[in-house]
Amino acid sequence: MAIAASLPRRPARLRVRRDYALSALLVTPSVLAVGIFVYGFIGWTIYVAMSGWNSFLPDLSFVGVRNFVELFQTPRFQIDLRNTLVFTVTFLLGCLGLGLLLAVLLDQRVWGEGFFRNVYLFPMSISFIVSGTAWQWLLNPSTGVNLLFEAVGLDRLKSPWFTDPQIAIYSVVLAAVWQMSGFTMAMYLAGLRGIADELREAARVDGASEWQLYRHIILPLLNPITLSAVIVLGHISLKIFDLVFAMTGSGPAFSTDVPGIFMFETTFRGNRFAEGAAIAIVMLLMVATVVIPYLVWSTRAEREA
Amino acid sequence: MPRLRVTRVLMYLLLIALALFYLLPVYVLVNNGLKSFQEVSLSRMWEPPSAFRLDSFAKAYARLAPNFRNSVLLVVPATILAAALGSINGYLLSKWKFTGADVVFPLLLFGMFIPYQSVLIPLVQFLQWLGRTLDIRLYGTIAGLALVHIVYGIPITTLIFRNYYATVPTEVVEAARIDGAGLLGTYRDVILPLSMPGFVVVIIWQVTQVWNEFLFAVTITGNPARQPVQVALRNLAGSQIIEWNVQMAGALLTALPTLLVYVFLGRYFLRGLLAGALKG
Repeated sequence: MAIAASLPRRPARLRVRRDYALSALLVTPSVLAVGIFVYGFIGWTIYVAMSGWNSFLPDLSFVGVRNFVELFQTPRFQIDLRNTLVFTVTFLLGCLGLGLLLAVLLDQRVWGEGFFRNVYLFPMSISFIVSGTAWQWLLNPSTGVNLLFEAVGLDRLKSPWFTDPQIAIYSVVLAAVWQMSGFTMAMYLAGLRGIADELREAARVDGASEWQLYRHIILPLLNPITLSAVIVLGHISLKIFDLVFAMTGSGPAFSTDVPGIFMFETTFRGNRFAEGAAIAIVMLLMVATVVIPYLVWSTRAEREA
Repeated sequence: MPRLRVTRVLMYLLLIALALFYLLPVYVLVNNGLKSFQEVSLSRMWEPPSAFRLDSFAKAYARLAPNFRNSVLLVVPATILAAALGSINGYLLSKWKFTGADVVFPLLLFGMFIPYQSVLIPLVQFLQWLGRTLDIRLYGTIAGLALVHIVYGIPITTLIFRNYYATVPTEVVEAARIDGAGLLGTYRDVILPLSMPGFVVVIIWQVTQVWNEFLFAVTITGNPARQPVQVALRNLAGSQIIEWNVQMAGALLTALPTLLVYVFLGRYFLRGLLAGALKG
């Protein structure tokens, strides 16, 4: 080693500079691939969305924002946007509420914590297609949970579930919360474990009740985690497709239709490519509104750290 | 303190009730998958089978087996290559920050959040074009789907590895540099031997993602014989003529590989999950 250090093959600084250039070179294939498959393709989708390509034969004549104007006037798309809003809000509230409850419960030094944690989290490991298949039967009005309610005398809780346009979307929310609430639980639990025990002890010494401890000290410390969870789950719900596709499809009177389904059917079943591209771009804009500020915020936070 | 004991009992009751809620779909899938065809009835969904019968599983497996094979052929290359690229990128973007590296990284990251609908039309056109003009058959094939999963997997695998390598002290890399090791030598001799936990997290993440993915699969592979298992399950479950106990057995079989990964390697699965929230 001493010999290698005293007899460098070339000046060290030059070699280091060469290595930085090599670093940029080696990362280039990935950057190019993502550049084409993400940014290039998004650009091309925007172009298609502004073209007249609404039949099987490609027609790339420029029509401006006409497809977008027509899209926003389409009743089905208006329903989709409303469904997305309802779905996102209730899904987020469900996941955050249930996730926090589970995390706080598991944080009480419970016996069998590992078992409970695994049970709450396992739905994250299976596909939306599988869970959609299971919930499609569980919420089938003539069987599933309705039978359970009947058996325990809670007939009042029986519901037509996804066959009733008024509540169909909440059936999908139920399945989605079942699948994703373990994620918020895991995030909150990691946050709770990161809070120093001294802080809890200090609050208890000062005479705070457990409720006050959580309400005034612990919950505010979990705010950054709530933000992360809202971004991650929120962007998933804005682009939800598989679960709805497997469970209910568009539903009665488009009651469970979402832009992801509309885009898929318009493009690949209806061959209306320009309109499908326009839907996709609206979806992208919705997701970008949520994700870009978050990306900027977290990269800046990292640079300051 | 009796009051405390009462709250603890209530707490356990709540934990158990919630656990039952999470296990409900599993019970229904297993219970009805194990029934004989004569015993299956919508009105007796919750009653246990009088005898365990594997007929439904056999029938579901007979239909899904070729697609299982497709999914395995898809997952293996898509995971290995995406993990390898992620490891190299993560190393470069954390230990060899060239000018512009801080711009490249968030631009890469954005790729893991986009709705894939926004790239789907050009993607299909591009893969078809490759087949038409260069005779590279990627549209409609598992190889094409694997390529897609590799490219769109780069952002998350890079993120996980970058966060993982950030925990390796820079001094270690600098010491190797003083010893005369270059960029590649340092990776091979210092970074790679430390990378095992990172690879476990990334591999588990990517296997789960690729196995479970549906949108790319259904648009890129049209021919039923070439489809991955999720698409085949969807066709099975959406069919009016397939008995529903076979659908449930099929759903369980499709879920089994990732479920087993989760049961045995849940700790690492969780780490990948949390990395998705950008906090390594």
